[in-house]
Amino acid sequence: MSWGRAMTLDGVGSIADPAPRHQASRRRVTDEAPWLRWTLVAIAIGFLTLFLFVPLAAVFYEALRKGWDAYFAALVERDALSSIKLTLLVAAIAVPANLVFGVAAAWAIAKFEFRGKNLLTTLIDVPFSVSPVISGLIYVLIFGAQGWFGAELKAHDVQVIFALPGIVLATIFVTFPFVARELIPLMQSQGTEEEEAAIVLGARGWQTFWRVTLPNIKWGLLYGVILCNARAMGEFGAVSVVSGHIRGQTNTMPLHVEILYNEYQFQAAFAVASLLALLALVTLALKSFIEWRTGREGAPINPEGPSR
Amino acid sequence: MSAAAPALAISGGAAPRGLARSSVLPGFGISLGFTLVYLSLIVLIPLSAAFLKTATMTWPAFWTAVTSPRVLASLKLSFGASAFAAIINAFFGLLVAWVLVRYPFPGKRLIDALVDLPFALPTAVAGIALTAVYSTKGWIGSLLEPYGVKVAFTPVGIVVALTFIGLPFVVRTVQPVLEDLEREFEEAAASLGANRWQTFQHVIFPVIMPALLTGFALAFARAVGEYGSVIFIAGNIPLVSEIAPLIIITKLEQYDYAGATAVAVVMLIASFVLLLAINLLQYWSRTRGRKS
Repeated sequence: MSWGRAMTLDGVGSIADPAPRHQASRRRVTDEAPWLRWTLVAIAIGFLTLFLFVPLAAVFYEALRKGWDAYFAALVERDALSSIKLTLLVAAIAVPANLVFGVAAAWAIAKFEFRGKNLLTTLIDVPFSVSPVISGLIYVLIFGAQGWFGAELKAHDVQVIFALPGIVLATIFVTFPFVARELIPLMQSQGTEEEEAAIVLGARGWQTFWRVTLPNIKWGLLYGVILCNARAMGEFGAVSVVSGHIRGQTNTMPLHVEILYNEYQFQAAFAVASLLALLALVTLALKSFIEWRTGREGAPINPEGPSR
Repeated sequence: MSAAAPALAISGGAAPRGLARSSVLPGFGISLGFTLVYLSLIVLIPLSAAFLKTATMTWPAFWTAVTSPRVLASLKLSFGASAFAAIINAFFGLLVAWVLVRYPFPGKRLIDALVDLPFALPTAVAGIALTAVYSTKGWIGSLLEPYGVKVAFTPVGIVVALTFIGLPFVVRTVQPVLEDLEREFEEAAASLGANRWQTFQHVIFPVIMPALLTGFALAFARAVGEYGSVIFIAGNIPLVSEIAPLIIITKLEQYDYAGATAVAVVMLIASFVLLLAINLLQYWSRTRGRKS
């Protein structure tokens, strides 16, 4: 925090003046020596470099290794385009579904008192602690050829597993908690007074939601949605189990990356991967922007009272 | 669905007073009803399918499925490598959180934002990137090779991938606690003659310990189930570098649904135990924070 100032006051100069010396020595007891500070900073950055920055840089380096022409060729290739389209389509279904759920769950949990609320909140978080592979497996057990509804689905010629519905379901499962867990604490901290005032003044339920609640939660909502979207577009394990890996049909972008990589088309794999890495960087930028806009840093947003 | 919503609203109303405290706000029945139906359809019923599927197996069949050498080796590897990665993350995550909270340095805001990269970067991308960097021809792997250290396609590579995946958890749980830490305690410790290390050990560390443990548990839980980032770098050699989620996939591909589900159930139970532990830790962390 203020060690910069303390450092300048530290040393011979401060002895001449008793007041700053007092200040300086008080600072010093809760600060580490400069060499130690810089060593710790260096170790932290070194660790992040080895595990984060170098791999991130490698994605773009490998993608552009053969130049821009090869890069764009890998992106406009037919199977790549179809994987991009499928990824966008899946996210366009899964994210709104979880958005509606998140708002409904947060409304019930934050605005009303009922028994079993803590259990419900815990259950909403369950998908985060389930392995992605298992998230896909459970849908195979229900909709797969040997599953609960397997025979029936086959009789009606409906395909869920190895088709779009399965991919969407698995994606909804893994991104299930994102919006809800962002909104529940936010709406709880905002209380019910504003909504109650609106209702007492004669507003209808939906009017109250659109005009009072929504403006108050818009940043938290956006925060949840961008995180949900990033995971929806990037999910690999769960989708891998239910997709069937049919080229040009049921391959999402992460699955397409895997196929290219396993076929030793490294540059093409990294080209498609670079789009997903860009998506991740945009997500982080938006996330930081929302944190800055709502006056919070680092931690999940949970502003006290209505946001500005 | 239309039947479930009113039914729930009624059960809410019929329950003792104070349960659904009479509120002027509308939409309790419909929002809770929708929440419960959606939760059941997407999460609870599908998850119960895994347990019901296992219930159709006989106990010896289940036991044989989850104790075959290959499965046991994979479970040991998954849990062992995850624990190892979580320990690395606990140590370095605490250090990163400390540096981000206490010291100003150039590029700090950017670095702070990038700590969340493993949350945002698709696991498959992380997997191929780490493999490229840590293989013997990669930027870091080639530096390690002369010393006989092989990372990619060995269990070490699995630990590297799991460290990447779990990195933000410890930083993000410890960071807010460090931010709220009152400097007065440290000053008091210093005035009583403690040096910085003693102050850290006896004053700072006990306060951040619950958060650190929570971060450790979260990183561990995430790592145990991780698939995408690991399979590229692991090499996937049976009994050596084959993780449990991959066993599930392999069994599925061989149409051994019961076997796959049996392994899945073992992992699910472990996850739920971890989830419970994490909730208790967070509760502990909150009450501890209130006292200090």
